[in-house]
Amino acid sequence: MEAYLALKILWWLLLGVLLMGLAVMVGTDMGVGTILRYVGRTDTERRVALNIIGPHWDGNQVWFILGGGAIFAAWPLIYATAFSGLYVVMLLLLWSMIIRPLGFEYRSKLPSQRWRNGWDWVLFVSGFVPMLVFGAAMGNMLQGVPFHFSWNLTSYYTGSFITLFNPFAILCGLLSVTLAMYVGAAMITNRSEGAIYRRAREVATWSGLVALLLFTVGGIWVSVMQGYHLVQSPDPASAQTPLQQVVELAPGAWLANYRGHGALWLIPASAYPLMLIGIGALRRGWSHLAWWLGALVWIAVIGTVGAAMFPFMMPSSAEPSQSLTVWNASSSVHTLAWMTGFTAVFMPLIIWYTSWAFWVMRGKVSTEQVESDHHAY
Amino acid sequence: MISDTVVELSRWQFAATALYHFLFVPLTLGLAFLLAAMETVYVTTGRQIYKDMAQFWGKLLLINFALGVATGLTMEFEFGTNWSFYSSFVGDIFGAPLAIEGLMAFFMESTFIGLMVFGWERLSKAQHLIVTYLVALGSNLSALWILVANGFMQDPKGAHFNPLTMRMELSSFTDLIFSHDAQSKFVHTSIAGYVTAAIFVAGISAYYMLRKRHVELAKRSFRMAALFGVLATAGVITLGDALGFVGGHAQPTKLAAMEALWKTESAPMAFNVAALPSQTQQRNLWALQVPAALSILVTHSLDGTVPAADALERQAAERIRGGIPAVEALKRLSKSPTDAAAMAQFKAHEKDLGYGFLVQRYAPDLDISKVTDADIRKAAKDTIPLVWVIFWAFRIMVGFGLLMLAYFILAVIYTLRNQVQDKRGFLYLALWMIPVPFIACETGWLVAEIGRQPWTVYEVLPTWMSASTHSVAYMVFSLSGFVVLYSIFIAIEMYLMVKAVRQGPDEPAPSLGGGMPHAGPAGALLGRRED
Repeated sequence: MEAYLALKILWWLLLGVLLMGLAVMVGTDMGVGTILRYVGRTDTERRVALNIIGPHWDGNQVWFILGGGAIFAAWPLIYATAFSGLYVVMLLLLWSMIIRPLGFEYRSKLPSQRWRNGWDWVLFVSGFVPMLVFGAAMGNMLQGVPFHFSWNLTSYYTGSFITLFNPFAILCGLLSVTLAMYVGAAMITNRSEGAIYRRAREVATWSGLVALLLFTVGGIWVSVMQGYHLVQSPDPASAQTPLQQVVELAPGAWLANYRGHGALWLIPASAYPLMLIGIGALRRGWSHLAWWLGALVWIAVIGTVGAAMFPFMMPSSAEPSQSLTVWNASSSVHTLAWMTGFTAVFMPLIIWYTSWAFWVMRGKVSTEQVESDHHAY
Repeated sequence: MISDTVVELSRWQFAATALYHFLFVPLTLGLAFLLAAMETVYVTTGRQIYKDMAQFWGKLLLINFALGVATGLTMEFEFGTNWSFYSSFVGDIFGAPLAIEGLMAFFMESTFIGLMVFGWERLSKAQHLIVTYLVALGSNLSALWILVANGFMQDPKGAHFNPLTMRMELSSFTDLIFSHDAQSKFVHTSIAGYVTAAIFVAGISAYYMLRKRHVELAKRSFRMAALFGVLATAGVITLGDALGFVGGHAQPTKLAAMEALWKTESAPMAFNVAALPSQTQQRNLWALQVPAALSILVTHSLDGTVPAADALERQAAERIRGGIPAVEALKRLSKSPTDAAAMAQFKAHEKDLGYGFLVQRYAPDLDISKVTDADIRKAAKDTIPLVWVIFWAFRIMVGFGLLMLAYFILAVIYTLRNQVQDKRGFLYLALWMIPVPFIACETGWLVAEIGRQPWTVYEVLPTWMSASTHSVAYMVFSLSGFVVLYSIFIAIEMYLMVKAVRQGPDEPAPSLGGGMPHAGPAGALLGRRED
């Protein structure tokens, strides 16, 4: 069953790709939502910011939906355990996300200033909260989540929802928010002019620096916190449940992979030059490059977490030996094979037509254009 | 053990959020194709009025689409948040169509709808037309994959239980996607969406004709909607009949409930036109019957019979007895996956595993070895779903379907004779018809999903086991949150929709007070003419 082993690892990588796609694409739109009220001082300026992402937010959001669907299909135990265990947090994420499409579609449908101001706050909440929860969820995965299974794999969550917002999780949440603000601001600078351009460049600079600081503090924290270590488990290539392994906790265990494979240090290390060059590029007006470098920083940050945790995906702090790993939480070989086929065909298509959509809508969005275009948000 | 209250609240929450989501989906499915048809006429004839039509109905589509997308997010989350055992137990099969929906359909629909709205000036006519068709295709493909997933819950094909991973796993992808239930359901549901959109467009066009506003645009829109609608309604009824035929074989308990059949009868069986079913007494307190009609309707022959509740309950009791040793063996396998005796016992009773789970609910401490005969009788009774709801929801759906067919036949006659604008009574009827397809869609959902009870996956996984192990407080919190948010949403949506309809396609834009720039947003709402 070597093929099964390869598929498990492939789908772990693909999950990483999806999380990166989600973070970069949805993060850009949510970053714009977060800084909307700051970069846009007048109604027209805010509409410029909204219309920059207007044609794309809906398509981008599918990264998020596909992320959910792919975890369901490829990692059903993780989908089931994480989504039910983090119930209240998931509801916050969901409720803040479902008001977002309405914010985009309904905001500019009425001329009233109060109406639009209200929706601007909705767009702020629906940008800030989901990115905070996204980062906090990653933080909780690193710390382990208090869940355990019964004999038939019914999952029970034994923590309270307040513990999900512990200091380390909030730090990860803020890292995610600042990275989103950076890519969002870079997107605005790329497609706007004048005051809104200058304010967005300013936001990108300081949010990028704060993100680097948070990433550093988080990294030091991870290096001393309790990590998980797989002591004994069935053959990784075999079909198994999380009831058949032995896991131990040890401080600094999350660095074990880095100690074993020195080249992995390049992943966290690359975040620093990428972000600093990105900020430098903004200063020179190369906003397009700055956005791409921000995307690479996202990839480095998520890659750093993945490299630390492998093969753990969702460790259990209540019953460490029932932790969910790449080996015991995946779908069957049959399902993974079919999903691989569909992904191989459709993912390149998606990237192709998404790029085409961005190309069609390329160029600066000006205040005059927003005022005269009756299709605009 | 999950408390019954939590399971009940989880069911209410899922039903409420799914029914709400399903208010917006059918209109999107159909309106997208109607838009594409209007734009096709515009591109081939070059007549501006068809572009105005596409743009005006496009505005209404977007107001509806925003809520469809928003409430669809809830559905993607809710299996995991509230049905976690369901998700891990059948995720290997059920997750795949959901993920493929994202890959194949949802990305396409969502990416191109951005271009459809913002791309009028940036794309050539032909490019924009293709984009509109891709939106329509994307939304319909989306429905296909969702209904493949739902088809699995109704009639689990292409899957087997793997005792090593303690869950259902995919054995044949093609059996899963080509399941008859999934296919006929997809066609029935998506065409129901076309009917919904046709009634919606015809109704609003009728409103304009009554007010003598935008009459040219309204007449043309009405004609397209009427032709689209009459074909779609005929299709939906044919496919609905096929679905009843397929579903009747796959789920005899649902069929017995739809027809309120309590006692087995010999052929030809009478059809209950109306009845007052009593679940506790297991009989109809009153019934209006047509002799022999049921055999003809359901089996398409005079000597066919349909199994009734009493016989189905006896069969269920048998299978429950077979399921008990299966659950016992599985528990032993969970501790030691290599126990050969347990594996042999499991293999012998595997097919009744779901029925074992069904009765486990009544065992003290969920210990299946303590199940009594009384528990088995209770569980067997559970296999008959709530008859009165299914019986009446089905009749409302079918009755409204026939009503819509009659309405569309008249609509086509009037519109082809070019007299519809003068038939004021008929125009009022058209306006009042707008809620009818929405009610028919919702009742159809009720028949399908309440009719599947007490299972989430028919004969495989009972509902009581499927829910997440939340506290009642969590469920009250989330259910209240949804009620509050969704009530606000529908109020805003209806307000904007009614306002957009009142303002109509080519009214001049009102000036925007308070130093606001002119036109712009209001223009977007009004669908001002290009020229």
